[in-house]
Amino acid sequence: MQKIIKITIILLLIFILGIFFLSLNKSSNYNTESLVGNKLGEIELVSFEDDSIFTNDDFKKNSFTLINFWASWCAPCRVEHPQLMELSKENNIQILGVNFKDKKINALKFLKDLGDPYEYLARDSNGKQSVNFGIYGIPESILIDDKLKIIKKFVGPLTNQDLNNIKEIINNL
Amino acid sequence: MLSNTGNFLLLLSISFTSFIIYQSFICLKETNDVIFKSIYKISLLQSTTILICFFTLIGAFIVSDFSLINVYQNSHTLKPIFYKISGTWGNHEGSLLLWVIILTIFSFLFLITNKNHPKNYRVNTLIIQNILILGFLFFILFNSNPFSSISPIPKEGLGLNPILQDPALAIHPPLLYVGFVGSSIYFSAAMASVITNYSGKSFAQSIKSWVIISWSFQTLGILVGSIWAYYELGWGGFWFWDPVENASLLPWFAMTALLHSLLVLEKRNILYFWSIILCLLTFTLSVTGTFLVRSGILNSVHTFANDPSRGIYILSFLSLMIFASVYILFAKYKPTHDQINSNSKETFILINNWFMMFYLITVLLGTLYPIFTDAISNNKISVGPPFYNSVIIPVVVVFLFFMAVGPKVKWIKNGFLNFKDLLKIIGGAIAVNFVITYFFKSYSLISNLIIISSVFLIISTFLDTFKKSKINFARIISHFSFGFLIFFIGLNHNFSIEKDFNLKLGETIKIDNYNFKLKDLKLQQYDNYKAVIGKIQISDLSTNEKRTLNPEIRIYNNPQTLTYEASIKTNFFRDYYLTMSNIDRSDYYNIKFQKKPLMIWIWISVVMLSFGGFLSFIRNAKNN
Repeated sequence: MQKIIKITIILLLIFILGIFFLSLNKSSNYNTESLVGNKLGEIELVSFEDDSIFTNDDFKKNSFTLINFWASWCAPCRVEHPQLMELSKENNIQILGVNFKDKKINALKFLKDLGDPYEYLARDSNGKQSVNFGIYGIPESILIDDKLKIIKKFVGPLTNQDLNNIKEIINNL
Repeated sequence: MLSNTGNFLLLLSISFTSFIIYQSFICLKETNDVIFKSIYKISLLQSTTILICFFTLIGAFIVSDFSLINVYQNSHTLKPIFYKISGTWGNHEGSLLLWVIILTIFSFLFLITNKNHPKNYRVNTLIIQNILILGFLFFILFNSNPFSSISPIPKEGLGLNPILQDPALAIHPPLLYVGFVGSSIYFSAAMASVITNYSGKSFAQSIKSWVIISWSFQTLGILVGSIWAYYELGWGGFWFWDPVENASLLPWFAMTALLHSLLVLEKRNILYFWSIILCLLTFTLSVTGTFLVRSGILNSVHTFANDPSRGIYILSFLSLMIFASVYILFAKYKPTHDQINSNSKETFILINNWFMMFYLITVLLGTLYPIFTDAISNNKISVGPPFYNSVIIPVVVVFLFFMAVGPKVKWIKNGFLNFKDLLKIIGGAIAVNFVITYFFKSYSLISNLIIISSVFLIISTFLDTFKKSKINFARIISHFSFGFLIFFIGLNHNFSIEKDFNLKLGETIKIDNYNFKLKDLKLQQYDNYKAVIGKIQISDLSTNEKRTLNPEIRIYNNPQTLTYEASIKTNFFRDYYLTMSNIDRSDYYNIKFQKKPLMIWIWISVVMLSFGGFLSFIRNAKNN
């Protein structure tokens, strides 16, 4: 009996440590850098406010669009929010927010509390649309140009460095 | 220059540490019961060197020596001196140095304060502790070196994350580190105890003070972190069940269980292996927390710049630690048949331990589950407050009842519990709850139970002070404060008011019994940021009381970041909590107002809780 308990404990520990190890290497799994340079497929996102649909044509008129995937329950999204607010002041770029697996009331409160940087706001209540963009977790952002080509992907919260990077790209047309 | 000095001191520390290990092994071979004088001397030198090394880094931050990458990345010439200093441990590399300081100083203090315990036990503790120190020193030197230099030397630094430029956050890491890094010493002692068969009462006495002191600091560290979250994050809450907060809570549960099981070990010489497991578990959980936070698996303000090799190193270290301790424990484990009467203090303390393990497993599962599902099925899920609240809160009710009754029960075998007295206390607690709900506001069933059980604990502990036998004030203060903590959290939760609205300059708005007026907006320039400061007058129409609050929107220069600073007016009855944020493309400001009753008493309760710990430390030191 004792032996079984000992073996179980050791297996459990190996399992936990193994998962930790897998998680460490995870970052390379969600490295979607390869998507950069590709053109976005057909976009079909449901508007947050009503049931209207945003399609590729909505974004072709912008020089640049930053598609930001966020949710009110996501702490790092709060961290990156000031950066998005700052970016929303730029003329050459519009921000499309995709609210990911969230409750509408919480999302609205989030924007009310922290400000609304989004020119377009779409919802993806079950997270399925975001998968089409190669989104692994949130926050994640994709910078596209007027031809809907992916210029850059940002996994995790946008930092100040990312912000400057985006500004450089959009202001060197 | 400072880079060379720092690296030299690190190498010197490694040499001293290796020498202590070497000398300790030789010392073990000697048959007499005396530890070499040289070991004492080198241990002192080792602690001094590490301290000088740390002060060298502080010096580099003070003089803004940007030839060090660490200073360049985390400081700026315009930063106030206080934050230059706290910036030393506000980053991964510097905080690791703080880790090693605590490991070293605790190692030295354990060596010199436990002279009445056998040589083999002390020397083995020293060896294991120094192996830990050596592991961390190598990690610092080869992977996370705060003294790495950069060339050409930048003229200016990048600055410290503004959210971390805060007095509470400056003292939060050192307090927390004394807590969970301090637990390393009883990890080492537990291993040494199993290796040398030094068990029972004497072992309990040798580590009790260390457990108490680390528990007290851990409690304070968690408190300061919560206070920071309360006023800095601007949501008005103080505990979010964020994985990083949980990482600090897990060792706390283990420590609390250990603290109590040691009482049984000391008194009855039972639960020895259980106490050993708790010693090992506490430090293992501390390192696990560090791994989760530093490896970047969890994303939060605590996650410093990500570097995969760092995670691999800590994980290897953690695995080694776990398997070495499990191996030694399994090899030496002897089943014991401890006789415990079900109606005795031992049983109640064991029940306390079960509760702590229940909380620990719940929080551990909630924290690790998203990592597991993510790794196994690529499924991103988040475990939030609803899970913890629904699992933990109902159990707290039962826990508080046991906590109140436990201290009244005698060791070995108790007579019948005086149910009459207990019923009277329950009656009193129900009456207090009734008065609150009758005169103020009714609340949910679970809130009623929480208030009743916490008042039960408070009254019951208070009555213990009238006992004729010797009174343990440390225990009474801790239990009393814990009762108050839950009581105030319960009231605060049920009586908080929250209002959200938009205001523009000069406008007044009436909501319920309050008038809010945005009287003025001022732009002020500070050293490292500029701030838009609002002047908002709140008039309570029922009492004619007027208060002015000044929330800020801060724009930091380095790095350029916008933060919203809550304005809080505190008194003994309630907090007024107000944040202001600008609304894009509009002259309106969004105002979030909260009235949070008895907030300060939550903080005071935790301070008192840890004060109980400090008192117990003094009491224990006197007894020994």
